[in-house]
Amino acid sequence: MVLVLAIGDLHIPHRAPDLPPKFKSMLVPGKIQHIICTGNLCIKEVHDYFKTLCPDLHITRGEYDEDSRYPENKTLTIGQFKLGICHGHQVIPWGDLDSLAMVQRQLDVDILVTGHTHQFKAYKHEGGVVINPGSATGAYSSFTYDVNPSFVLMDIDGLRVVVYVYELIDGEVKVDKIDFKKTATAPSAH
Amino acid sequence: MIADGVEDEEKWLAAGIAGLQQNAFYMHRALDSNNLRDALKYSAQMLSELRTSRLSPHKYYELYMRAFDELRKLEMFFKEETRRGCSIVDLYELVQHAGNILPRLYLLCTVGSVYIKSKEAPAKDVLKDLVEMCRGIQHPVRGLFLRSYLAQVSRDKLPDIGSEYEGDADTVVDAVEFVLQNFTEMNKLWVRMQHQGPAREKEKREKERSELRDLVGKNLHVLSQIEGIDLDMYKETVLPRVLEQVVNCKDEIAQYYLMDCIIQVFPDEYHLQTLDVLLGAFPQLQPTVDIKTVLSRLMERLSNYAASSADVLPEFLQVEAFSKLNNAIGKVIEAQPDMPILGVITLYSSLLTFTLHVHPDRLDYADQVLGACVKKLSGKEKLEDKKATKQIVALLSAPLDKYNDIVTALKLSNYPRVMEYLDSETNKVMATVIIQSIMKNKTRISTADRVEALFELIKGLIKDLDDAFHDEVDEDDFKEEQNSVARLIQLLHSDDPEEMFKIICTVRKHILGGGPKRLPFTVPPLVFSSLKLVRQLQGQEENPFGEEESTTPKKIFQVLNQTVETLSNIPAPELALQLFLQCAEAANDCDLEPVAYEFFTQAYILYEEEISDSRAQVTAIHLIIGTLQRMHVFGVENRDTLTHKATGYSAKLLKKPDQCRAVYACSHLFWVDDQDNVKDGERVLLCLKRALRIANAAQQMSNAARGSAGSVTLFVEILNK
Repeated sequence: MVLVLAIGDLHIPHRAPDLPPKFKSMLVPGKIQHIICTGNLCIKEVHDYFKTLCPDLHITRGEYDEDSRYPENKTLTIGQFKLGICHGHQVIPWGDLDSLAMVQRQLDVDILVTGHTHQFKAYKHEGGVVINPGSATGAYSSFTYDVNPSFVLMDIDGLRVVVYVYELIDGEVKVDKIDFKKTATAPSAH
Repeated sequence: MIADGVEDEEKWLAAGIAGLQQNAFYMHRALDSNNLRDALKYSAQMLSELRTSRLSPHKYYELYMRAFDELRKLEMFFKEETRRGCSIVDLYELVQHAGNILPRLYLLCTVGSVYIKSKEAPAKDVLKDLVEMCRGIQHPVRGLFLRSYLAQVSRDKLPDIGSEYEGDADTVVDAVEFVLQNFTEMNKLWVRMQHQGPAREKEKREKERSELRDLVGKNLHVLSQIEGIDLDMYKETVLPRVLEQVVNCKDEIAQYYLMDCIIQVFPDEYHLQTLDVLLGAFPQLQPTVDIKTVLSRLMERLSNYAASSADVLPEFLQVEAFSKLNNAIGKVIEAQPDMPILGVITLYSSLLTFTLHVHPDRLDYADQVLGACVKKLSGKEKLEDKKATKQIVALLSAPLDKYNDIVTALKLSNYPRVMEYLDSETNKVMATVIIQSIMKNKTRISTADRVEALFELIKGLIKDLDDAFHDEVDEDDFKEEQNSVARLIQLLHSDDPEEMFKIICTVRKHILGGGPKRLPFTVPPLVFSSLKLVRQLQGQEENPFGEEESTTPKKIFQVLNQTVETLSNIPAPELALQLFLQCAEAANDCDLEPVAYEFFTQAYILYEEEISDSRAQVTAIHLIIGTLQRMHVFGVENRDTLTHKATGYSAKLLKKPDQCRAVYACSHLFWVDDQDNVKDGERVLLCLKRALRIANAAQQMSNAARGSAGSVTLFVEILNK
């Protein structure tokens, strides 16, 4: 029962002053084992804040990130799943599922977490999952109108991952749940 | 002869204690054998040890305490005696035969205590007798301790209301009279100590005096405990007498201590009702007395009193506490023109706290206080004194904490004026405090005027106040400051587009004066706020034509164009490029083709001229292509030009794999599912072929198998679409 927080596109301070207080009160240190961040934090303070929530922090670079040392993409293995992170502005067209799937195959991962569009999405695609946690602060996006703040919490348990998405709609936090099961894998082709 | 040498004192103390104990021993023996005469003889000898003038008050106290204990036992014996039939009057007579006056008086007090308890005579007579007799001792230390003894033994025998000693002849008035007289005499003795002895030992004397001050203060404490004293009696008798003594003694130490004592021991309601009298005494005190501390404490007490319950607030109004305090402070400051600035500010700080607690809705009072502060500060240059600046920060933070709302604080017209007197460091600190308060309370600042006022206040953060160059501001601190300003900009919002536009213009005006270091931090949030406004305006499509001056997206874009341009003038090309592209997308959504084209042009120019780092180039290209791909507003010609340029850039990237990826990304430019006029299959193929060529070259150069494999997959997918 490993909890992984997928969050990103906060754009603090350029597009938003801070995380919504309701989210802040939910994100408590010590409960989450890993944090996956798609990028565009943008400043060091947010990085430090995430570090206090959980020391195992994986970030990829978004185009507005102040710290240019973050990698363009990253992979890690948690339990039985291989996860990949990529911000998404490099994948053209932005938000296009096929292109993202290509990245997934390239990185050879089961779950790909990307961002940039500020819109929550979760697809099942050819044996893998593509998740976009949206923007945690509801930051302005040229891509999406009416952005609701959202983030994703994944519960990885053996061969099964349950994806909880938390969205702040009209001041209330709404939770949704999606189940994915990994088929018993043959070793990958590469 | 005053002692000189601590060791000598120790010796004398030891000798005194030894003598005392020896005599006490004999006294006990006499008591046990009921030998009254001997008992008195030895007790008198024992008490003679207290006649010494060699000890400092501290040591004398030790001796005194032992004597006190012995006298308790003696008192019990006397009580037994009277029960056995010995007349107390006779006893009273008898003890007066003791040889020396000091022991005589101690014994008298002891007997007197028993006398009162026996109720054979009215308490007031005995008390009066005793307090008069004690006049016989005029030596300060001895006299103080003697009278202190008197106060102690008489404490529970005062004819207070409800006490057993009250009678027709004895009333509270007599009790009060007794205590007041004792107090007056003790104070006189205490003050006299100041003037005894050579001038060079002044410090030592003052130290000794402060050791004794509680003895004097005890009387006031006793007074406050007397239940029979009600407000009227306090107003008519007690306070005037006490104040008279305080003022007339003209002694700095006594005045300070006693004023403070009065404020601490008597209840707050009394203080409120006698505020005139109390405050009237202050100007009459010696100029060296630390009035500000006393006044501050008074105000603190009253503030706490006000905060304790809401019922007492009307009392304050009735008594017009604020104006009295204000006037009093004014008079004090006038009377002491040399008061250091720290003192002035402390006073006003306490007054402001008081005002905020008692009259939270009277902004004009708070403003008055600040105004007085400004008046006093004017004429001096910026403050250098650290403590004073700290006090000012406290002064300014108090309204923020209390009101929890910067908007209210902004209404205090004198607020910014006070801030002007802070040096730039503190100004920044204060500005940060303000911003933090706004963020904590999430206050929305929604009109341009308020924004203007707010930015006036925090101008320390927004631009360099002095023209002189600052020595290195710490990098991290600077970033933090600017980030907080950036966050602040996010909180400035109004739902009315006109108003919002005004706000944006105001903010822009201020931050453009910030200098090149600040712009990268402050411009982006402004840009995004503007873009949000654009979107909001878009949503209001219903606006018919015909408004001349209303805010249109076009106007906003013009402003944005100029603003982002400033960013490109200082070296921040990547940021500027990104912002241009964002604006272009927004223009796209508004169907403003020329505007969007203009933005793209600017972006391209930046790319060509400024961005030379290869990684930055890659990112920039991705963004350009991504944005362009989503544009639907361009006509064929424009789009062609832009696409051509983009493809050109892609092919010129430094690393081959990057080139390849960029080029096949460009292929998407020619085929967008949603737009029917952009489906140029041929060009797509061309792009892909080009990509393949590059990939092959790359492969030849460095076995980058993945590069070509990727493009093959893509090829397949695109054909499949």
